[in-house]
Amino acid sequence: MSADFLYGIEVVLNGLMAGVLYALVALGFVLIYKASGIFNYAQGVMALFSALTLAGIMSGQVPFAHLINAIFGTDIHYFGWNVPVLAAIILTLVVMVIFAWCVQRFVFRHLVGQEPIILFMATIGLAYFLEGVGDLMWGSDIKTLAVGLPQGGSLWVEDATSGLGGDDFYGFFIDKLDMVATVVAIILVAGLIAFSQYTKQGRAMRAVADDHQAALSVGISLNFIWVLVWSLAGLVALVAGIMWGAKSGVQFSLSLIALKALPVLMLGGFTSIPGAIVGGLIIGVGEKLFEYLIGAPFLGGATENWFAYVLALLFLVFRPQGLFGERIIERV
Amino acid sequence: MTADATPYVTEDGRQIGGVMMDLRDITLRFGGVEAIKSISFDIREGEIRAIIGPNGAGKSSMLNVISGFYKPQEGEVHFRGKKRPPMRPYQVARQGVARTFQNIALFEGMSVLDNIMTGRMGHIKSNMLAQAIWAGKAQREENENREAVERIIDFLEIQAIRKTPVGRLPYGLKKRVELARALAAEPDLLLLDEPMAGMNVEEKEDMSRFILDVNDEFGTTIALIEHDMGVVMDLSDRVVVMDYGRKIGDGTPDEVRNNQEVIDAYLGVAHD
Repeated sequence: MSADFLYGIEVVLNGLMAGVLYALVALGFVLIYKASGIFNYAQGVMALFSALTLAGIMSGQVPFAHLINAIFGTDIHYFGWNVPVLAAIILTLVVMVIFAWCVQRFVFRHLVGQEPIILFMATIGLAYFLEGVGDLMWGSDIKTLAVGLPQGGSLWVEDATSGLGGDDFYGFFIDKLDMVATVVAIILVAGLIAFSQYTKQGRAMRAVADDHQAALSVGISLNFIWVLVWSLAGLVALVAGIMWGAKSGVQFSLSLIALKALPVLMLGGFTSIPGAIVGGLIIGVGEKLFEYLIGAPFLGGATENWFAYVLALLFLVFRPQGLFGERIIERV
Repeated sequence: MTADATPYVTEDGRQIGGVMMDLRDITLRFGGVEAIKSISFDIREGEIRAIIGPNGAGKSSMLNVISGFYKPQEGEVHFRGKKRPPMRPYQVARQGVARTFQNIALFEGMSVLDNIMTGRMGHIKSNMLAQAIWAGKAQREENENREAVERIIDFLEIQAIRKTPVGRLPYGLKKRVELARALAAEPDLLLLDEPMAGMNVEEKEDMSRFILDVNDEFGTTIALIEHDMGVVMDLSDRVVVMDYGRKIGDGTPDEVRNNQEVIDAYLGVAHD
């Protein structure tokens, strides 16, 4: 096999894995949108906040340290202990569930039955609020997230594939972290699908998404389901936060990855879990391949920044419901 | 409250028991409008109780009070001999009160089978994780619930459409699926809001037969709202008549039919 062809394959593989990370963020959007019709602008910030919280808890940081010091004139920053990864993840999950409850109790419970645009605006407010809380709670410095995920390229893959090409081919370069992210994403998606298809709560979630009155009449508590959905979105945000945080450090620009989820959702449709996955993969592979085949040789590179959005624009024009979204039918 | 609540057996051999639900001086206001004005009546175990009245009489509001969708400003709801505290609709549903809606409230995107399965919500006890991984007990439970749902599907003769998404069904069948979902909960009290509205004669006959069969075979107590007087008179054991939020009649179909106030409300009366 020619080296060029093999490089092409490597580009596709790397694109697939980048796509997995996009899909992870998009998944959080889909969950909330399906169950409550809310387009949650805060999803990216939730990923950031959960990563901040995880990093903070692990290093034994005192939450709201600056605030406490400013008020009481103290000078405390750390508890002086380190929390093991697993315990810290569980604690972070607890924080995300509390956050979900607060969101439902103090914001969306009062907005039931409002126009989608109002709910959307509420989530924008929520995003900036949460960003501020994250800053106040854990400080604004960049943190490393050392949860013990492997870093760097996989030598094993490189060795195993180096024989495929000629002398100038050194084997596929695959990031180990991307491989872990892929496996985690597969488990997460399988879990979410099993949950929504086979459990009573999952069925209730689909029911609430469909018709509030009918859901109430069969004994489903809307508030409970909404807290559950926001908690699940919090879980997905945490997983995305860990993966992105381990890749590029926990910093406030992390919340911008939410923007990358938008083209993914345009492609996959806002209402489909498999759509979010496939959409993420298409965007991931598409932008890497476009850069490799057309962008770098002919357009001067850096096409990865805009390719996804152009693709999304095309979809908006020709297939606005996405690949897998529910068809938009207006009955007259 | 009720003068005579001794159990008896109807002509066609159905058991009518004591008072199951007792509504006392219910008043419901929307702003300045009184939709229900101090109405009292009861529903007895095993009977078919009809609520009739002209449009805007407050019948649906009454049903919404019973099922917890509306909270009356005054009055008490007694269920099984106990005063019911203010409850949310889902809590009422969990107490064994199922209902259908005048304008059909189904999960349009889900299949007929899934729709009816949601009615079994209260009958699933195993935990979330066990259900997700399809563990032994959860699977047994799921199978039992499926069997119960299949029985109802057979009963209502909707076998052919069990996999069809509800959104694609015609109106009459949707009404039937909604009834199926309510029945799946195995309710003690079934509330039907105009189960035959918009149906042709044949569909109405089918629906009447189902309602009678449900009452007869499962012993389910039924309270229903209906416009078609013929249907009401054939189906029900006792009838409440409402007009402009007031109760103007209460009794057996024959008693109600001969009540002058009811006749006036339905046929109009000359004002001179």
